[in-house]
Amino acid sequence: MVNTSAVVMEKSELGNLIARLWAEGYTVVGPTLAQGAIVFDELRTADQLPIGWTDEQEPGSYRLKRRDDGAYFGYAVGPHSWKKYLFPARLTLFSIERTADSFAVHQGSTDVPRYAFLGVRSCDLHAIAVQDRTFLHGPYVDPHYERRRERAFIIAVQCGTAASTCFCASMNTGPRATQGFDLALTELPEAFVVEVGSERGGALLVGLNVRAANGEIEAAHQVTETTKRQMTRTLDTSDMPALLYENLDHARWDDVAGRCLSCTNCTMVCPTCFCHSVDEVPDLLGERSERVRQWDSCFNPELSHVAGGSTRPDIRARYRQWLTHKLASWIDQFGVSGCVGCGRCITWCPVGIDLTEEVAAIRGSDRA
Amino acid sequence: MIAQPLTVLNTRRAPRPRLGVFKFASCDGCQLSLLDCEDELLAVADRVEIAFFREATRRPLEGSFDVSLVEGSVSAPEQEAEIRDVRARSRFLITLGACASHGGIQALRNFSRVDDALAIVYATPETISTLPSSRPASDYVHVDLELPGCPINKRQLLSVLAQMLSGGKPRIDQHALCLDCKRQNVVCVLVAHGSPCLGPVTSTGCGVLCPSYDRPCFSCFGPAPQPNTASLAERFQAIGLSADHIRRLFQMFYNQAPEFLEEARRHE
Repeated sequence: MVNTSAVVMEKSELGNLIARLWAEGYTVVGPTLAQGAIVFDELRTADQLPIGWTDEQEPGSYRLKRRDDGAYFGYAVGPHSWKKYLFPARLTLFSIERTADSFAVHQGSTDVPRYAFLGVRSCDLHAIAVQDRTFLHGPYVDPHYERRRERAFIIAVQCGTAASTCFCASMNTGPRATQGFDLALTELPEAFVVEVGSERGGALLVGLNVRAANGEIEAAHQVTETTKRQMTRTLDTSDMPALLYENLDHARWDDVAGRCLSCTNCTMVCPTCFCHSVDEVPDLLGERSERVRQWDSCFNPELSHVAGGSTRPDIRARYRQWLTHKLASWIDQFGVSGCVGCGRCITWCPVGIDLTEEVAAIRGSDRA
Repeated sequence: MIAQPLTVLNTRRAPRPRLGVFKFASCDGCQLSLLDCEDELLAVADRVEIAFFREATRRPLEGSFDVSLVEGSVSAPEQEAEIRDVRARSRFLITLGACASHGGIQALRNFSRVDDALAIVYATPETISTLPSSRPASDYVHVDLELPGCPINKRQLLSVLAQMLSGGKPRIDQHALCLDCKRQNVVCVLVAHGSPCLGPVTSTGCGVLCPSYDRPCFSCFGPAPQPNTASLAERFQAIGLSADHIRRLFQMFYNQAPEFLEEARRHE
């Protein structure tokens, strides 16, 4: 159910909410139009949102389309995920400089923005929680992720539309966001219903033009119920992780290896994939070197390169590694599935490989 | 692409390591990438002795080289002996660009009879002395490292020099271009616009030049390792490309790379 402490905010008030966040020192980032897609970038005003736009997504295809209304959030997730802010694609961890008789180490910049994420969908809230387990839980905390994560202000948006590639309902990760946000907006035709998820979320609303909600709460509930009914894709995870462990030699791996480009796109758009490489980057004069961390991928043969060669020498081995990790061994490693059902890997695979189909095919002829 | 383990340059010795830059059949674009370094050129000159580089200095060819950078393909009869001579003078031989590593764009003539090509291009073909095909340096001599690109990326060249000068074994990234598109927040032009992009089968290194401008990749850095060209070609067919269009895409800068050669043949 929708939080009963919810309030109603006129759509025109969203700009004031954004301005308030900037005034409080946040860097507000959220959906905007660029390069023919809805991507995440800095938002100074509400009219930078893709108002009146939607997306049509299919395996291997994404197209922007005009809506026949002026909805602010009438689209599903795009190619970017919030990990680009919490786990930057390229980060200088530290640098080393030669001194007269030794060397000096300089830490990378600790001056990171205080982000306010505007428009976080339920699947992505779950994805952030999955990456929290990777970077924050357990004995080794990643200080770079921690610094960004603990300062981030999260404004969720309840999904009013599902793409054909969405399958969060079957992953129990959406479409309704129930926790992990400071504020959550549900877009109704004339206004937003705003749920308060934290003290600082409530504090942000003080002074903004909001009023108590009445019938709007039920209307907001219906928004995500409708979205849930729109969702056609499902992933049956009832027999994970055993299903994949028991089918490591299934013929389907050869079949998908014939289609997979091993191009890394699925892992790059995945909001939970965390693989990275760390390289030493020396300067020409031999005076300075930077240690740089970059996103990397299990589909890059170099990632598993050890003395003697790659441990995953062909595409079959790499696809199997990705899917079994994402859906099976992730559970053993972190206690949850690595998949949140956002569907990005399906849309942004250049040849439209659909993991839900791959799993169904393996299940269909289990132990074949 | 590193053919054998390299011993490293002894970096802090005097005199500085000697660098030679050699040109074969080419457009000079790769050599220009070195001159283009501008800001870094003084640092390069500080760390290595630029002992032979016709495009930059009048110094005559003499002695041996710690590192030789070879641009261009072997295309004329006298170049066969020249490339062997460069090899004999060099500790490390690094080829620059598509021509030196795979014959380059001029290797398109390898698909036809050279006399036919000469008659089309030259007014007096009888004055031209040429080999029947345009061939990579590695057809003649051992190559230690091939830097891809048409032209090469100067950052990649500087990175290789910096790695060698700091005592490391030079390596370059060769994963699919897509990885760098995503690291740089570039939206996929194939998925979002239906543009026939070769990025998924192309080695990185260009800095995502074309996709950054909403243009599909033409693979001027050549095939990535184990490129699944057949699956990508099938996708191109599905978005409406003709067999001839697909063949031409694979017959460009890296037309002699075995993976592209084979894929192009499937669409003849």
